[in-house]
Amino acid sequence: MMNIPCPFCGPRNEAEFAFGGPVKPDRPDPNMVSEEEWAAYLTQVPNPLGPVQERWWHVKGCGTWLTIWRDTRTHDIVVRPADAS
Amino acid sequence: MPHNRTETGGRIDRGQMVNFTFNGHKLQGFAGDTLASALLANGIRLTARSFKYHRPRGIVGAGIEEPSTLVELMGDDASGNRPATTVPLREGMIAKTVNCWPSPGFDLGAITQLISRFIPAGFYYKTFKWPGWHLYEPSIRKAAGLAAAPTAPPKQGHFENRFGHCDLLIAGAGPAGLMAALTAGRAGLRVMIADEGTEAGGSLLNRRLTIGDGPALDWVQGVVDELDNLPNVIHLQNATVWAYREHNYLMVNERAPDNPSLLERNWRMRAGHVICATGAIERALVFGNNDKPGVMLASAAQAYVNRYGVRLGQRAIVFTNNNSAYAVAADLAAAGITVAAIVDSRMDVPEEARSMVADIDILAGHVVTTARGRRQVRGAAIAPVDGGASQQIACDLLAHSGGWNPAVHLWSQSRGALRYDDALTSFLPDRPAQNATSIGAADGQMTLADALDRGARAAADVAGVVRPDIPKSTDLPYAVTPLWRVKQATGKAFLDIQNDVTVDDVHLALREGYDNVEHVKRYTTGGMGIDQGKTGNINIIGTVAMQQGVPLDEVGTTTFRSPYSPVSFGAIGGLREDSVVLPYRHTPVTDWNLKNGAFMYESGARWRRPGYFPQAGESFQETINRECRIVRNGVGVYDGSPLGTFEFKGRDVGRFLDHIYTNIMSTLKPRQGRYGLMLSDDGLIIDDGVALRLSEYRWIVSTSTGHADAMNSHFEELLQTQFPDWNVFVTPVTSQWNNATICGPDARDVMQALGTDIDISSDALPFMGFADGQVADIPARVVRVSFTGELSFEVNVAPRDLPALWGKIMIAGAPLGIAPIGSEANHVLRVEKGFLSLGHEVDGTIDPYDLGLGWAMSRKKPDYLGKHAVAIRRAGTSNRRELVGLLPEPDQMVPEGAPLTPGGDRKPTEGLVTACVYSTVNERWVGLALLENGQSRHDETVHVRLKDKIVVARVTPPIHYDPAGERLRS
Ligand SMILES: [Zn+2]
Repeated sequence: MMNIPCPFCGPRNEAEFAFGGPVKPDRPDPNMVSEEEWAAYLTQVPNPLGPVQERWWHVKGCGTWLTIWRDTRTHDIVVRPADAS
Repeated sequence: MPHNRTETGGRIDRGQMVNFTFNGHKLQGFAGDTLASALLANGIRLTARSFKYHRPRGIVGAGIEEPSTLVELMGDDASGNRPATTVPLREGMIAKTVNCWPSPGFDLGAITQLISRFIPAGFYYKTFKWPGWHLYEPSIRKAAGLAAAPTAPPKQGHFENRFGHCDLLIAGAGPAGLMAALTAGRAGLRVMIADEGTEAGGSLLNRRLTIGDGPALDWVQGVVDELDNLPNVIHLQNATVWAYREHNYLMVNERAPDNPSLLERNWRMRAGHVICATGAIERALVFGNNDKPGVMLASAAQAYVNRYGVRLGQRAIVFTNNNSAYAVAADLAAAGITVAAIVDSRMDVPEEARSMVADIDILAGHVVTTARGRRQVRGAAIAPVDGGASQQIACDLLAHSGGWNPAVHLWSQSRGALRYDDALTSFLPDRPAQNATSIGAADGQMTLADALDRGARAAADVAGVVRPDIPKSTDLPYAVTPLWRVKQATGKAFLDIQNDVTVDDVHLALREGYDNVEHVKRYTTGGMGIDQGKTGNINIIGTVAMQQGVPLDEVGTTTFRSPYSPVSFGAIGGLREDSVVLPYRHTPVTDWNLKNGAFMYESGARWRRPGYFPQAGESFQETINRECRIVRNGVGVYDGSPLGTFEFKGRDVGRFLDHIYTNIMSTLKPRQGRYGLMLSDDGLIIDDGVALRLSEYRWIVSTSTGHADAMNSHFEELLQTQFPDWNVFVTPVTSQWNNATICGPDARDVMQALGTDIDISSDALPFMGFADGQVADIPARVVRVSFTGELSFEVNVAPRDLPALWGKIMIAGAPLGIAPIGSEANHVLRVEKGFLSLGHEVDGTIDPYDLGLGWAMSRKKPDYLGKHAVAIRRAGTSNRRELVGLLPEPDQMVPEGAPLTPGGDRKPTEGLVTACVYSTVNERWVGLALLENGQSRHDETVHVRLKDKIVVARVTPPIHYDPAGERLRS
C-alpha cells in the first residue's frame, strides 16, 4: 500500500484514495482539431515504464484531486523528471 | 518419561503433560512441544505420504521450512495444510495427516508409486489436455489431497486488523534482531520486533552456545525482559512478518494476541526503517531416497535434541558439505545418540570442525549415495565423492546439511537486490530498494559474534547513536563447499520433497526447452506449495546451473512473493465481513416498511428498499399488478430518498452544467427544472436526471441512485483539474433531503388533504416546476417530476421529518385507498412509459439518438462532453441498435437479455430484450428492446431466440402507455 502525500492532509494510506488515471494532455477545443487528433486525445493514455504523472482523489479524506509522479517500476513517488513535458 | 526423551534440558516442561490425538491415536507430549516434536518423542516416524507418488515421509525440518508433514487440525482449531513443525501442541488437539487415506501406514494412493516412472514432470499437463483440464482437475486434486478448508467459521473469537506506525520494524528475534532491538529501544526509537517463533532467540533456542559468561538463552531472557519494560518497544512472538510491500508497508500476522477473544491479529505497519533479521534456512542434500522417514535436516535434529529433549534414534549418520553439522554431531552425541560417522563431501575438513567431534569417525571426501530402508531409514550407502567402491553403514537417523541459505525472502519482496556469494555459495542481500537493512545470518554473518555486531551497528546507524559494546561469544567458523546433488545417487533424489520433484524432473524440463528458472519452476512445480521450496530451491538452481554449465547467478532465482509463510484468510480479512465492508443504507422509513410487510432488498448503491408489499394470499405477480393499478387508477406513494442529490453553488454553475449535460441548462429560469442526459467525453451515457434552478447561483442536480458516487467523482475531477478557476461548489446532499413521492391521478387530492401553503394547481406548479413551503405543517420542497408517467408530487423534507410526513400521507390518502409502492411496480411503470433505465437500456454502444433522445443533444452548443465522440461514431456506423417496444405474440413473458435473431435462426443477433413486464393497463406483457434500425421497423415482426423455443414479437414505438404524456403533466 502506497503512502501518498496529500497537500492538505500529509502522507496518507493509498486506501483513502481513488485512482484517477494518468494525466492526459489538456483537453483541446474539439472544433479546432482534426477527428484523428480528437480520437487520439480520447483514447491515448500515457503508459511509460518509469515516472508517470497521475491523479488521485483523496475521497476518504479531504476530497482533493491531486497529482503525483509515480515510477511504474517501483511505486516510488518521485519528483517531476527534468525532461517531462 | 517416554524412552525417546532426554532426562533433562530443553524448553519443554516435563511436569506438564499434554494429551492429543494424531490420526486417531491418543498420545501425550509436554508443554513447549510442537506437534512434530511430540510425534518424534512418541517414536512416530512415518507421518505423511507424498503429494504425487504417495511415498512414505517423515518429519524433515523443525520450523516453517518443513516440506513434508502437513496436517489438518480438526474441531475448534480447524485449519488445513499446517506444517506439523509450526503447530504448538495444545491439550485436546486433534490432528490428521493430509495426502493419505485411510492412514499413512496403509495408503491406497501409494499404488501410484508402482506407475511413478510413467508420471514424470509435466505429466498432468500433457495427459489431461483434452477436452479440458477442468474435467480432470477435481479427481486429480482429490488424489493429490491437500487438506479440505474448514466448513464453519471458528466457534468463538474473531480476527482483527490493526494499523501501526514505527520508526524501526525488526523482522526476527534471533541474536542479531534482539541486539538491534535493544540498541534501538535504548536509543528511544519506536520499535516493533516480531518473530515467527513461540519464543525469542531464533537459532539460539536450538543450539548450545554461550553469550557473555553464561548460556546464550540467559542473555536472550535478559534482553527480552528489558525490551518488555521499554514503553517504546512492541515485542511480538508467534508473529510472522509475512509481506513487505512498497513504501515500507509490512504485514505482521500475530497468531496468539494477548487478548482472549482474539484468534489472530494482522498488523499493517508503516515503518520508517526495516531491519531484516530473518536468519538462514538449512538446505537439503540431494541423494537417493533422501525423503525416507528418519532422514532429516541436521539443524532440525539439533533442535529436537536440544530444544525439545527428543532422543531421535540410537545410531546416526551425519552427512554434510559444511562445518555447521559438526556442532550437530556433537550435540547428538551429548544427547546419548551414537554417531556412526560424519560423511563430508569435502576432501579437507577444517581443524576447528574436527576438534568438536574428536571421538567420531569422519569420512572426508565421501557422500551418501542412497538411504536404505523401507518405511524408515535403516542405513546408508556411502561412496567416495569421486567414485569408487561403496560401503554400507547402519543407522536409524540420517541428519544432513547442504549449507545455509540466508532467508532473503522479505528483502526480495521489498525489491532489494541479491548477489550470488561464492564463499557462502548462496544468494545474499545486495543494494536495498527501500529504507531497509539486512543483518545476521540473513545477511551472511554466519557466526554469533558477527551477527551480534552487525545487529548493534545497523540499529545504531538508524538511531544515530554510537554502536554499543556487544557481549563476547564463541561459535564455530562457517565454511562450505557446494554439493548441489550427489551424482552417483541411486533411486529418486528429491530436490523438492513437498512437490515430489526429482533431479530427473528438472533434467526433463531442461531437455524439453524449459530452460529459464521460472519455467523450470512452473513445469516441474518445484518450489511451489506450502513451503515454497525453502530447503530445495537453491538445489534446483544448482542443478540447472550444473546442467547448463553456467554459474548460479546467471541462472538466478525465482521471484519471492508474499506471503513468506501461510497466513489464514481470517487474519487477512479481520473484521471486514459483509455487514462491515458493505453495510446497507436505509432511509428513515425502513421500520415502517418492515412493519407493513415490505419485502426488502438492495436496489443499487447498497440502498435497502422495499421491492413490494405483499398482502395475504397474493402471489408475487398479483402484488405487483395491484400496486401498478393503484398508481394508474388512484394514488400510491413511494420513498424516493436514495436518488442521488447534489447542491451546486456559484457564479459558473450554469456554464458548468452546460458542459456536462447534453442539453442547455443555463437558460433555465429560477424555480424551473429540466430533464437532461450526461455523457462521458468518449460518448457513453453515464447518467440522466433533473436539474432544478433554485436561484441565480444555486441549483439542485439529481442523479440515478446507483451512480451518485461516480457522478460526485466526475463533477469534482472536472472542477478541480480542468476548471479550477470556475466558481462552482458541489455538495452531495442525498442524505440531507428525503422524499415521499405521491403519484397517481388522485395525487393532488392527497396533497390538498395534507394541507399545504403551496399553490399546487397545474398552472402555478406545472410539470418540472417546484416550490418551497409547508406540507402538513412540515417545511418541504415540492417538485413536479414523474418516474411513473402519472401526476406526481415529490415532497422533499429533512430526514428527521420523513416518518411524520409518511404517517400523515397514509392518513390523508386513506379515503382514496393510498398504498405504498415497491421498486418492482416502479420498474413496470417506467417500462410502460419507455423511461430510460441506465442498467437496462444503456451499454457502452448506445447513444442518445438510439434511445430516441436526440432532442436532448444540443445543436446550439459548440461543445459539451461527448458531443464530438458521438458525432464521429455515428458518422462511421450504420445499423445502429435502437430502442423499440416489443409485444410478444402470443402474449407471454420473454426474459430480459434474450437475443433477437433474424427469423429466430442461429445467426448473429440483431438486438436484445432489455425489459419485459406485465402491463396492467394493456392487460398483457410488454417489452423494450434494442434492435438494429429499430426506429424504422415499427409493426415488423422479430424473433426472440430462447433456449427451448422461438418467440415471435411485434415491434412498436417504445412507449406503451400515454404516448403524449398528458397524464404526467395533468
Ligand atoms: Zn487530503
